[in-house]
Amino acid sequence: MSYDPRNLPQHPDFLWANPEPKSSYDVVIVGGGGHGLATAYYLAAHHGITNVAVLERGWLAGGNMARNTTIIRSNYLWDESSAIYEASLKLWETIEEDLGYDVFFSQRGVLNLAHTLQDVRESVRRVEANKLNGVDAEFVDADGVRELCPIINTDNLRYPVLGATYQPRAGIAKHDWVAWGYARRAAELGVDLIQNCEVTGFVKDGNRVVGVETTRGRINAGRVGLCVAGSTSTLADLAGIRVPIQSHPLQALVSELFEPVHPTVVMSNHIHVYVSQAHKGELVMGAGVDQYTGYGQRGSFHVIEEQMAAAVELFPIFARAHVLRTWGGIVDVTMDASPIMGRTPVDDLFVNTGWGTGGFKAVPGAGLAYAHTLATGEPHALNAPFSLERFETGALIDEHGAAAVAH
Amino acid sequence: MLIIDCPHCGPRHEQEFHYGRQAHVAYPADPSALTDEEWAHYLFYRDNPRGPHAERWVHSAGCRKWFNVVRDTLTYEIKAVYRAGEQPPPEYAALARPGAVAGTAPETTKEA
Repeated sequence: MSYDPRNLPQHPDFLWANPEPKSSYDVVIVGGGGHGLATAYYLAAHHGITNVAVLERGWLAGGNMARNTTIIRSNYLWDESSAIYEASLKLWETIEEDLGYDVFFSQRGVLNLAHTLQDVRESVRRVEANKLNGVDAEFVDADGVRELCPIINTDNLRYPVLGATYQPRAGIAKHDWVAWGYARRAAELGVDLIQNCEVTGFVKDGNRVVGVETTRGRINAGRVGLCVAGSTSTLADLAGIRVPIQSHPLQALVSELFEPVHPTVVMSNHIHVYVSQAHKGELVMGAGVDQYTGYGQRGSFHVIEEQMAAAVELFPIFARAHVLRTWGGIVDVTMDASPIMGRTPVDDLFVNTGWGTGGFKAVPGAGLAYAHTLATGEPHALNAPFSLERFETGALIDEHGAAAVAH
Repeated sequence: MLIIDCPHCGPRHEQEFHYGRQAHVAYPADPSALTDEEWAHYLFYRDNPRGPHAERWVHSAGCRKWFNVVRDTLTYEIKAVYRAGEQPPPEYAALARPGAVAGTAPETTKEA
């Protein structure tokens, strides 16, 4: 869809209704972020299950969905990961038609930089793995990096850029519009989106969950699906189960607005920054997680300082840019840097968590697979490998290399 | 940035330290007797509370010694610092039993 990227179209005042909760639903989704809203949409659109509520403690898409750097890519190493992220990327490619709503998905490509010989070896290995899995990928040398992104400094820095993996179909989208698009269509299909409704407990009959206690009263449910990112452990405690999650603060920031100078997305594991330029012109930069666990929705200043040092070294023309706004969100990190999606030890209670620092890109694919899981009680082929049981069987999916931000 | 009061060196900036995750997780007394579920809990499951949390830190750019900290994960306030091998202050005694607060850990992963 064509648009002037600096002049976004206006949208109507209200895109969805604000209903009172009913006493009972077939499916209750806890968490009205990207994953929860997408799950609700696919439940209604693909499975015909419309007696669904999405319960949100605050306002829709006001958590990590409002705080991320919107990078979308599928160049992960292992078969299981590239399957779900590539399925997600294919959904991104048709999402505007599916939802009848602009989300400003811009396939401007992503460069994952290699700064050391070991980086180069790992990158080439990942490119070849991607090709075998049908994911578009190539390894480009330093000249190729400069050609794709002329503002990069490849030589005059402590760890020179030796090359990069390049995925042309990767890109960015406008996170708020993605949430609004899913919310609008889900509401049209009959889903109740209930805001200011915090889950305070679970109602169980034996080992089966049959409802949730909320700040707006008890709501009965056939099945309950958690989609609450960094708050998963807190809710799991209420349900009497344990999840292998550690919650960490993750920060990002934007600069003031600039003319278009940055044509693609650049990520560097090694010197630790990732940068794109938003449609309106802000430079959007992500930092690493704070090393300690925390729920404060803010991070440490020295993390931002290190990230800025890396950004200016890599992009000398950013040296005069001013930071407009910084923010922090709470991300849910697993030991193998891969998500958890599927059954829990409590019957009819399902969990979708552990996306760590990169859950935004997975919104459509995870929503599709989680909707299948909630509709049938069985995992979709895409999320079967990401079960909670893998921590017992040992079938871990170690994506520390491709997860971009060191966990 | 946290200022952490190393029990050996005194207060220093957080950047001199590395985080070592939950404290008081005991190595299983009889490892060969553990089921796969119990091993999973020992290896991969750690408490993740909103509030006071007993955790290990190492003063990597200082004395290089490990020690324990009780830190509030919501306010990031450090409530107590004590040496490796010591127990937390009495008001945080429950934090020395991982999984005990939520009552969800298998018996074998709870410290005796």
